[in-house]
Amino acid sequence: MSILLFFLASIGAIVGAVGVVALRNPFYGVLSLVAHLICLAVLFLLLQAEFLAAAQVIIYAGAVMVLYVFVVAYIGGQDESLGTSHGVLRVLTPIFVGVLIVELLIALLGSGLSAVTSKGAKVSTLFGSANQIGDLMLTKFLLPFEVASLLLLVAAIGAVGLARRRVGYGPGDVPFDAATIAAAPPAGTGTMAEASGDRPVAGFRGEDR
Amino acid sequence: MGIAWYLAVSALIFAIGIGGVLTKRNPIVILLCLELTLNAGNLALVAFARMWGNADGQIFALIVMVVAACEVTVGLGLIVALHRRGLKVDVDELEELRG
Repeated sequence: MSILLFFLASIGAIVGAVGVVALRNPFYGVLSLVAHLICLAVLFLLLQAEFLAAAQVIIYAGAVMVLYVFVVAYIGGQDESLGTSHGVLRVLTPIFVGVLIVELLIALLGSGLSAVTSKGAKVSTLFGSANQIGDLMLTKFLLPFEVASLLLLVAAIGAVGLARRRVGYGPGDVPFDAATIAAAPPAGTGTMAEASGDRPVAGFRGEDR
Repeated sequence: MGIAWYLAVSALIFAIGIGGVLTKRNPIVILLCLELTLNAGNLALVAFARMWGNADGQIFALIVMVVAACEVTVGLGLIVALHRRGLKVDVDELEELRG
């Protein structure tokens, strides 16, 4: 049963990976990567990494891929153009990839480690559960855990800073200078000056103050 | 199934991802291929963790997922910024990082 599941999941993962590279429309590429990630989660389950499999499906296939889908929809997902300026790269890449596969297989499988061909060490049923992962994360790996949370915060702030709309820098934008700020907005539009009472508004009785 | 089978799958996925990074021109697809390589590394980490019966490798894989999420947010932010400025979203056209 586990052998059948392994072959199904690994074939699905490899087909999904090939789909990401081969499909011309980036939208289909993203969907192919979702299929790949779900197959990978099945492989994680076979390796008794239950918590990691759940995190893979929820965070990766759920949250991160939704981000991709949104950006592809926003950019417009133009198809890959066929012509390339780097013809040399087109020729050399398959050779390089072939050499890389052979090298990796030699390094991983030809190492002569007896443990590689075994089914792995004997582990309890608790191995890889949320219980054990949480225990490790908050004791032995507390520092990496905190650093990772800081990294997430920095990345979120950086992404907001990168993608925000910059007024006055595009072609045909109104320059955002002192004169624009000084020009008062129409009365009663809820500005800070009105809220604080610096600029009284006709008809506003100030009942809630 | 022996651990070797998982490592072979991981090596194949890694090579496919590297090939995609080298040949693709759309930066979104390049990010997708980078995800493939990171996931191949994750699979190898989890397989080795199972091999030794030690869950430290799974924590490593979890941290790799966090780093991948950060890379995705910053990368997609850059792509959106490129699109906003009216530049062509194509790595061959963006050889210089001059704005």
